[in-house]
Amino acid sequence: MTVRLRGRIGLHVLLMAAALAWLAPLLWAVFTAFRPYDDTQKHGYLSWPKSLTFSNFTSAWSQAQFPGYFRNTVLVAVPGVLITLLFAAAVAFVVSRFSFWWNIPLLLLFTAGNLLPQQVIITPLYRLYLDVPGLGSGSGKMYDTLLGLVLIHVAFQSGFSTFVLANYMKTIPHELTEAALVDGAGVARQFFQIILPLCRPPLAALATLLSIWIYNDFFWAIVLISTGSKMPITSALNNLVGNYFTNDNLLAAGALMTALPTLIIYFLLQRQFISGLTLGSGKG
Amino acid sequence: MTARVHRLTKRDKVVVAVMAGIPTLLALCLVWLPAIASIVLSFTNWTGVGGLSTITFDGVDNYKQLFSINPQFWPAVEHNLIWLAALLLVGTPLGMFLAYQLDKKIRLTKFYQTAFFLPVVVSTAVIGFVWKLVYDPDNGLINSLFHTNKPGDYLDWIGSPHLNLWAVLVAAIWRHAGYLMVLYLAGLKSVDPSLKEAAALDGAGGWQAFRHVVFPVLKPINIVVLVVTIIEALRAFDIVWVFNKGAQGTELLSILITQNIVGEASRIGYGSAIAVVLMVISLGAIIPYLWVTFRRERREGNGR
Repeated sequence: MTVRLRGRIGLHVLLMAAALAWLAPLLWAVFTAFRPYDDTQKHGYLSWPKSLTFSNFTSAWSQAQFPGYFRNTVLVAVPGVLITLLFAAAVAFVVSRFSFWWNIPLLLLFTAGNLLPQQVIITPLYRLYLDVPGLGSGSGKMYDTLLGLVLIHVAFQSGFSTFVLANYMKTIPHELTEAALVDGAGVARQFFQIILPLCRPPLAALATLLSIWIYNDFFWAIVLISTGSKMPITSALNNLVGNYFTNDNLLAAGALMTALPTLIIYFLLQRQFISGLTLGSGKG
Repeated sequence: MTARVHRLTKRDKVVVAVMAGIPTLLALCLVWLPAIASIVLSFTNWTGVGGLSTITFDGVDNYKQLFSINPQFWPAVEHNLIWLAALLLVGTPLGMFLAYQLDKKIRLTKFYQTAFFLPVVVSTAVIGFVWKLVYDPDNGLINSLFHTNKPGDYLDWIGSPHLNLWAVLVAAIWRHAGYLMVLYLAGLKSVDPSLKEAAALDGAGGWQAFRHVVFPVLKPINIVVLVVTIIEALRAFDIVWVFNKGAQGTELLSILITQNIVGEASRIGYGSAIAVVLMVISLGAIIPYLWVTFRRERREGNGR
């Protein structure tokens, strides 16, 4: 008994130390962000704070024009998530409801594409975007447009969602759609009125996951967007360093404000997020 | 039995074609066309300026240059391998260990899990900035703590090629362990609780219970973990780009590819050759994984 108890205490000491060590970098950023620049200049960054302030957040917010970047992120992430889910569900529906010979090759095409590193395709993609017409850029090309970002997110992300949704739809009894077929419901109605409503759990999990992934994406906009003010927030951060964030205090505030929305989504929708992450691997 | 195709009306056939066709077309145009174009362009010296008619093939020149002349190439390959080894040998066991400890019904487990998982929620770019604040040679947490920010005793975690790779690897492991903890926690949920209790009653110590009861159950998830880890190691980019743009000491294949586009001189052909190297390595991990996954799928499909 005492041995077990001692074991328990030892485990807690270990885990608590590890957890605090894990949080330390984030806490350091929080600490830095709340300290006035003058204070850290005079006493060093590792010193007892004379006062704490919100001013780093407010000046990072207004000087660096955070609202504009957040707007860009919303304009990319909302359509990105919705179209990805619609496309993925459509392909998953076809693959799981009909027995075409190309079902597995099609699933492979989507799944494999999603597993490639982004940099493998970026060079021709970048060149392609310079030629393909798009909306919203000065040159009339796909390059440097938010539409271009939405499309590449959809094309790249739909693989994982298709895989997950196809697996889920296979567990839905075929009698359901067969019955609808007898009633004269076409394919579109079977999809929208029978299958999609039944897929609410994986759709909710995937929507949470995709929102965070697209929000967090750094790479596509770095290469495919050239106008600084068109960047989504995560990628914009890179340009803001040095231009607006002239000290560590402002940088910390800016980085934390960028992280905040994902943390909020995570804390609100924790269950969906975790189940989404393990959906793809849970089958393994 | 799945619905047979000939029972579809003409209208339904169109609907099916649209449902499968449009997403496929998009994936083909934006993912697979560029992937294949990378291979073709890697045999050209195209700079990307001018139309397709200006492309001239010059055989394996790009590869020759890459393998023998480019001073950044082999370091990049080496760093990608070190990255993989670090995630595999440090990050993964750490994630497994944390999951195993947190799977026991202990108090505060929610707090611990959240602490370890937070880095996974935050974007890797933000992670780069957060760790940059920790590593900042003048004002960072580490150098302030150890007083290594003074002349003569100065550790430049970001600039020094002897230190910077290890510095970013700590950040990468930090994130990876939390990610794997969640994957393993899900796997451990499928271990029969009575099995764990029986092992505990038998007096099997932590390590023995783990080795003989838990580890075998985690075997299938280990395949997924291996693939996830390899792909993460090949995808590594954001943290390094934020840290120092892959300057000396932290070169990676993904960084070299990107530098050939956003750098001063864009070299489409040359960048494509590096991309092909990365693609071949990636497919080495992706193909076996898909093979295992889809073979099981087929078996399960037939079993229905």
